[in-house]
Amino acid sequence: MRTIKFLLQKEFKQIFRNKAILMLIMVMPVVQLLILPLAADYEVKNINLAVVDHDHSTYSQKLISTITATTYFKLTGYNASYDEAFRMIELDKADLVLEIPQGFERNLVRENVQELFVAVNAINGTKANLGGAYLNTIIQTFNNDIRVKLTEHDNSIQQKTVDITVSNWFNIFMNYHVFMVPGILATLVTMIGGFLSALNIVKEKEVGTIEQINVTPIKKSHFILGKLIPFWVLGNIVFTLGLAVTWLVYGITPVGSLLVLYSFVSIYLLAILGFGLLISTFCDTQQQAMFIMFFFVMIFILMGGLFTPIESMPAWAQVVSRFNPVSYLIQTMRMVILKGSGFRVLLGNIGIIAIFAVVLNVWAVLNYRKVS
Amino acid sequence: MSFVRKEFSHVLRDRRTLLILFGMPLVQILIFGFALTNEVKDSKIVVVDYARDDASQAIISKFEASHYFEIEKSAMSHDDIEKSFKQGKIKMAIVFPANFNEDLLHQNKGQLQIIADASDPNTANTITNYASSIIRDYQSQLDMTTSVPYQITTKTKMLYNPQLAGAPNFVPGVMALVLMLVCVMMTAVSIVKEKETGTMEVLLVSPFKPILVIFSKAVPYLLLSLINVASILLLSVFVLDLPVNGSVFLLFAESILFIITCLTLGIFISIKTSSQQVAMLISLMGMMLPTILFSGFMFPIENMPKVLQVITNIVPSKWYYIIVKSIMIKGLGFSFIWKETLILLAITLFFLVVSLKSFKIRLS
Repeated sequence: MRTIKFLLQKEFKQIFRNKAILMLIMVMPVVQLLILPLAADYEVKNINLAVVDHDHSTYSQKLISTITATTYFKLTGYNASYDEAFRMIELDKADLVLEIPQGFERNLVRENVQELFVAVNAINGTKANLGGAYLNTIIQTFNNDIRVKLTEHDNSIQQKTVDITVSNWFNIFMNYHVFMVPGILATLVTMIGGFLSALNIVKEKEVGTIEQINVTPIKKSHFILGKLIPFWVLGNIVFTLGLAVTWLVYGITPVGSLLVLYSFVSIYLLAILGFGLLISTFCDTQQQAMFIMFFFVMIFILMGGLFTPIESMPAWAQVVSRFNPVSYLIQTMRMVILKGSGFRVLLGNIGIIAIFAVVLNVWAVLNYRKVS
Repeated sequence: MSFVRKEFSHVLRDRRTLLILFGMPLVQILIFGFALTNEVKDSKIVVVDYARDDASQAIISKFEASHYFEIEKSAMSHDDIEKSFKQGKIKMAIVFPANFNEDLLHQNKGQLQIIADASDPNTANTITNYASSIIRDYQSQLDMTTSVPYQITTKTKMLYNPQLAGAPNFVPGVMALVLMLVCVMMTAVSIVKEKETGTMEVLLVSPFKPILVIFSKAVPYLLLSLINVASILLLSVFVLDLPVNGSVFLLFAESILFIITCLTLGIFISIKTSSQQVAMLISLMGMMLPTILFSGFMFPIENMPKVLQVITNIVPSKWYYIIVKSIMIKGLGFSFIWKETLILLAITLFFLVVSLKSFKIRLS
C-alpha cells in the first residue's frame, strides 16, 4: 500500500508540474464542448432550392411561395431552364431542383393529375433523403389545400382519411444538441483518458526513467495501479467539467440519476485507461503510441454510434461494435441523460464494461516487462 | 540524395507506424464505405392495438411487410411504451385507439398516434416519414373505389448517388483526412524529433544547405501519400464501386498540390516547436480537428454559425474536399475548380514564405 502511495505522489507531482499539459487537459474539453455541438448540427435545414418554372401560373407561384415560406428551404435560383439549374447543382449553389412543367395549372384542373419533377444532389445521402421528403410533404399539403378548395361544393367525393398525430418523446423540440452533447462528452472522456495513459509509460521509456523503476522492488501491478489512479481522477474531473458545461451552456440536465452516470463512467475510465496503458507497454516511442492510439480511437468513435446509428450498420459491423467500449459509453450516456434509464436497465452494459476494465488492465500488467 | 535515402530508411524501419500508415486508409474506407450509413432500416417498433379490428390489422401487416420496420412486441398497454423506450432498443410506437375501423368507416376519419423516440431527431424524423407514407398508402388503397381528383405527383431523381450510399460523401473526406495526417503530423514530428534528440545539430553543421535538409525530410512522405491516394482510389473503384468520373490525371495533380500544402504546414509547425509532444498536439488540435470539423464532409457547413463558417475558409482541406468531390463524383473539369486550386496555391505559398523567413540555422 505504501509503495502505491509513493508512486501516486510521484505521478501527481509530475502532472501538476507540467502546466501546459494540465491546462490542455482542463481547457480543451471545455472549448471542444463549446464548438463541436455548434458544428455537429445534422439537422437538415437551409436546403438551397433552385426552381425552374415553365408554367408561370397562379398555382405555380403559390406552390413556390408555400415552399419558401417554410424554414427548410432557401430559394437560391429561379432559372429559365433545367440545364441552368443543373449548373447550380454542379457549382454547389443548389441542393435541389424543382421543375414545374408547362401547363401545370391547366392539366391539374382538366386532367386531374400532373407530375412535378424534382432532382436532388444526393452526394450527401441523408440530406438528399430528408430534403426530398420535406419537399414532398409540402407539395402534398399544397395539393390537399387545392383539392379542398376545388371540391368544396362537391359533396359526392368523400375521402376516408387516417389522421396521424406524431409525438416526439424525450426530446420534444427535436433539438439536435440534446442528442449530440452527451455523445461528444463521451468521446472527450475517451480521448483524454486514452491519449494521456498511452503516452505516459512510453515517455518514461523514451526518457529512460523507466530503468530506475525497473530496478526497484515495485511490483508490476503496483506500477500500473500507480499510473492508473491519477488519470482516473483526472478523467473524472474532466467528466465533471463537461457535465457542468452541458448544464450551464446547453441547459441539459440528466433526466436519470447522477449516481448511475458516475458509476458507469468510473468503470468505463478504468477500461479506457487500461487500454491506453496496454498500448503504452507495446510501443517504444511516443510517436508510435500516439499514432496507434489515434488509429483505435478513430475507429472506436466512428463505430461508436455518435454520428450514425449502430442499428443501421451491417451485421458484421454490429458484431464489431460489441467489442467497442466507446459504443457502450455513448449509449449509456444518452439513455441516462435523455431518457432517465436506471440501474436495472443498464446492468448489462455495466457488466460488459467491467469485463473490459478487468481484461485490459490484467493484460497491461502481464505485458509490462521489467527487462528492456 | 543521400539525405533522402536516410529519411527513407528512417520511415521504413518503423514497421508499426508504417503498418498503420497504410492500414489507416484501408480501414477508414471500409468503415465509411460499409459501416456508416444513415440509412434507416429494420427499426424496432412496438404496436399498441386497442382496436384489434380489420383496419388496424391491415396496417400492422403492412408494417410487418416493410423492411424499414421490425415489430418487436405487439399487444401491450400504453404504460409499457415508456418502459420499452427506456431499455433503448425501440425507436417508435404506434397506438391504435379502440374503434379505429368503425371511425374510419362511418365518420371517414380514423385517428392513430405515432410516438417516436426523438432522442435522435434525424432518425425520428426519417422513421415517422416512412410510417406516414405506409399509412398514406393504406389510405389510398381504401379510396381506390373513388378516384382522387386533382392529384399532384412528384418524380424525384437522385443525382450522382441514386442509392443514397455514404461513400460518395466520405471517400473525398477520407482522402483529405489521411493526407493531412500523414503529411502534417508525420513531417512535423519527425523533424522535431531530430531537434529533441540532438541530431539536428549534426545535420546543420554538415556542408549541405540546411533548407535542403528540411526538404529532403518531406520527400518520403510525399511518396507515401501518393501511394495512399492511389490505394484509396483503387479501393473506392473496386470495392465500393465508386468510379472516378472526371480525369484521373487532374485528380492526381490536385492531390500533389494538396500534399505539398500539407508538407509546408508540417514544416512550418516543426520550425515553430521544439518538443514532439507539442508538435503532435498542435498538429492534432490545429490541423486534424479542423479538418474533421470544418472540411464539410462530416459536419454540414451551412448549419454552422456564421463565425465558424468564415473560419472554414482558411482550412485547406475544405478546398481539397470540394475539388475531389467535383472531379471524382460530379466529373467536372478544371474550369469548375480553378478558384479552389488558386486558394490552395496561395495557402501553400504563404506558409512556405513564412517558414523560410523563420527558419534558423543555429540552434538557440
